[in-house]
Amino acid sequence: MLIKQAPDIRSSEITPERVYRNRRQFLQTASGAVAGAMTGSLLGRVHGAAGAQEPIPDLQPSAFSTDEAPNAFDDITTYNNFYEFGLDKGDPARYAHEMTIDPWSVRVEGEMNRPAADVALDDLLRPHTLEERIYRLRCVEAWSMVVPWIGFPLGDLLKRFEPTSKAKYVRFETLYRPDEMRGQRGRSLDWPYVEGLRLDEAMNPLAIIAVGVYGKTLLNQQGAPLRLVVPWKYGFKSIKSIVKIQFVEDQPRNSWNVAIPNEYGFYSNVNPEVDHPRWSQASERRIGSFFRMRTQMFNGYADQVASLYDGMDLRRYY
Amino acid sequence: MSVRRAKPWVFAFCLVPLGVLVWRAFTGGLSANPIEFITHSTGDWTLRFLLIALAVTPLRRVSGWTVLASFRRMFGLFAFFYATLHLSTYVVLDFFFSIDLILDDIVERRYVTAGFVGFVMLIPLAVTSTTRMIRRLGGARWRRLHRLAYVAAVAGVVHYLWLVKIDIRPPLAYGAVLAGLLGIRVWFHYVKRTSVVEVPRRSTSRPTTAAAS
Repeated sequence: MLIKQAPDIRSSEITPERVYRNRRQFLQTASGAVAGAMTGSLLGRVHGAAGAQEPIPDLQPSAFSTDEAPNAFDDITTYNNFYEFGLDKGDPARYAHEMTIDPWSVRVEGEMNRPAADVALDDLLRPHTLEERIYRLRCVEAWSMVVPWIGFPLGDLLKRFEPTSKAKYVRFETLYRPDEMRGQRGRSLDWPYVEGLRLDEAMNPLAIIAVGVYGKTLLNQQGAPLRLVVPWKYGFKSIKSIVKIQFVEDQPRNSWNVAIPNEYGFYSNVNPEVDHPRWSQASERRIGSFFRMRTQMFNGYADQVASLYDGMDLRRYY
Repeated sequence: MSVRRAKPWVFAFCLVPLGVLVWRAFTGGLSANPIEFITHSTGDWTLRFLLIALAVTPLRRVSGWTVLASFRRMFGLFAFFYATLHLSTYVVLDFFFSIDLILDDIVERRYVTAGFVGFVMLIPLAVTSTTRMIRRLGGARWRRLHRLAYVAAVAGVVHYLWLVKIDIRPPLAYGAVLAGLLGIRVWFHYVKRTSVVEVPRRSTSRPTTAAAS
């Protein structure tokens, strides 16, 4: 993967050094402790192929990063929902290596001034400066993690293709390759997996395309080689292993909405006041900690994104 | 092997699922979300033991292997044991006694309601499982009370069905087995009325309830 050097960054965007160093120090201590604790464990044996990752040097920190402690690498890479590889949380770590991610290209098309194109991964990523974004991730199943993503703003990518005024939404598709993605041989969801964002949501600086985690490229079970991360929405909105980006005029039907429309909406913003019809969203279990914690409105990103939904009834547009 | 000699072995066997959990706890095998793992495992074993206990009588009647009946109480009590672990995990580990959140859950979440109803049904069954209690209640009353096991098992399957995100095959599998075990009872009941009890064919008179129970 082609990694570009960062240009200058505004001082306002830089996390204070003290905070950043503390975080780094914590990461080192924590990952060391975790590696020690995991030695000889089952999880260690389930996935030992971390060697496939390439390191990503010279990352810029981001003012959008949280100072909360990131989850251990092993938690992030062995507890995944990626139904393309099976329904069990351990299935992606077990089977995602069967997916080929090189070569990779992304079809970009739809309501845009630039011609539709199959863009090779390197060409897609080349113009962008990679940052570390430490985000909270809240799953609709009421668990959460903190993940040190590496990526760049989705909006910067979309602007390159010059969406027209008819482009109201962006629609994404995951790779469909049943012979390499065993979960797609069953019909748990309607394949390929589809997600979408309103264009202004997609342009929000919090929404990123992630290509790495913990200083290295993504593992397949995390949605390599590139995935969406929308931290104020439930995890299933952050579509993995993207092969298609379309600018569309009408609101796309996302896969979970197609599967169970009364339980999963298009917006799926994290909202402790709007419960899933069958379970509460008021609290969550942060993986790795014992006490349940209260879930925050927009997963704690209300300052950045609440204005996107001014005047909308969030119970109706769940 | 006599029943008396077999019982400790069966007992130990029933503890294997718990042993596996403990072993996994010490080897880091409970996944990134250990509380969820323990909850799911103990829930699964509650249902399995309920179904095993409910399979004893049909199996005995089909095979004529009466020795099976000697283990029914143990299987039933293990169902209660795993149900207690399941509920304790939820109350202690998951919600850490946040009673307001739990009460909210029991009332508002229908899958929690169903599970809780199932658990409450099992309590009188466990309490009246001793030989002394059977004698005190009398066989007929005791048997009538213990039909609650059917309700508990149905509640357990419904509890599971209502909580899964999308793949309803596992709860449906439990449901199918349960339907089979309940269905065969209905069939036995019918067979007993028409053939075991010597009611003349085409007779309009019904067998007495005592004979049919």
